[in-house]
Amino acid sequence: MKTVDARGLSCPEPIMLTDQALKESNEQVKVLVTEPHQKMNVEKLAKSKGLSYTSNETEDGFEVIIR
Amino acid sequence: MIQTVDFFTPVVDDPYTFGQIAAANALSDVYAMGGEPKVALNIVCFPNCLDVEILGEILRGGADKVKETGAVLVGGHSVQDDEPKYGLCVSGFVHPDKVYKNHGAAAGDVLILTKKVGSGVINTAVKGGMASAEAEAAAVAVMSRLNKTAKRVSEKYTVHACTDITGFGVIGHCCEMAEASGVSLELYTRSINYIEGAVEYASMGLVPAGAYSNMGHRQDQVEKGGIEDVYEDLLYDPQTSGGLLFAVPEEEAEDFLRELKEAEPDGGACIAGRALPKGEKLIYLK
Repeated sequence: MKTVDARGLSCPEPIMLTDQALKESNEQVKVLVTEPHQKMNVEKLAKSKGLSYTSNETEDGFEVIIR
Repeated sequence: MIQTVDFFTPVVDDPYTFGQIAAANALSDVYAMGGEPKVALNIVCFPNCLDVEILGEILRGGADKVKETGAVLVGGHSVQDDEPKYGLCVSGFVHPDKVYKNHGAAAGDVLILTKKVGSGVINTAVKGGMASAEAEAAAVAVMSRLNKTAKRVSEKYTVHACTDITGFGVIGHCCEMAEASGVSLELYTRSINYIEGAVEYASMGLVPAGAYSNMGHRQDQVEKGGIEDVYEDLLYDPQTSGGLLFAVPEEEAEDFLRELKEAEPDGGACIAGRALPKGEKLIYLK
């Protein structure tokens, strides 16, 4: 699984990095973000690409696993 | 006399365009109150590490917009700062009986919005290098356009209430109008015009943090109904130099909208909703 560590980054960087990671491989992508709205934006990106995702709260933010 | 001030950090890379947008945004407050701008002063923050020609271009953009209003730019003040900021302090005049207020909307009034929505989303997409050149140009055209023509057209009609759509987004500014007027407002989410690309980028998660904070402040007062998330996001999207939102009597709405469209054929004016008797919520999305 590929990991995108976007913790501490502000919008739209988590989306740019996630979009790039999804384009580069067909593996599962785990995205780490700090803020709730960033989690929601990453979920929207997955949804717009027709991909499934699961989200969990972590110690310092959220993780969204896509595909 | 109307006195207003507004300034912000660059929303686009091109300094001349930034100057135009910041000036149009600052001048809009006068139009939203039914006034005409007469005198403006520059407010400038600028780092000494940047080429002074960039500052010249920002000021040229601002000056051109002030000139377009018919007001005069008589000077201003600058300070050194780490990040560029630009805006205007504007004085305008309006007859005391003709001041537009953000209260006064009555049940049955029609809401008319004069610009397309989605500049915050497009600016976020541009920042991420994910916006098309067409979408970027469309957003620049919206943001740099004065609310002058829309205000001129409105002079012939009965304006019960008016506000300009800026940082709180369409829903935030509608909530203020509804609260102040003692009514509820229903918004026709599919009748509102969105800037080219805005729906696509908002669907992709290019929704700025400000839209979520606007939502956090107001969502308890909004009945979302069955509308898609993307339209809700766009109506919370903070607008830079957005349009005017008028509440006018139903019998005048059609003529007003037609005349707005004739004056600005690509302006995106639309019927955005209607005022209802005060209900449980301030805003009902349809």
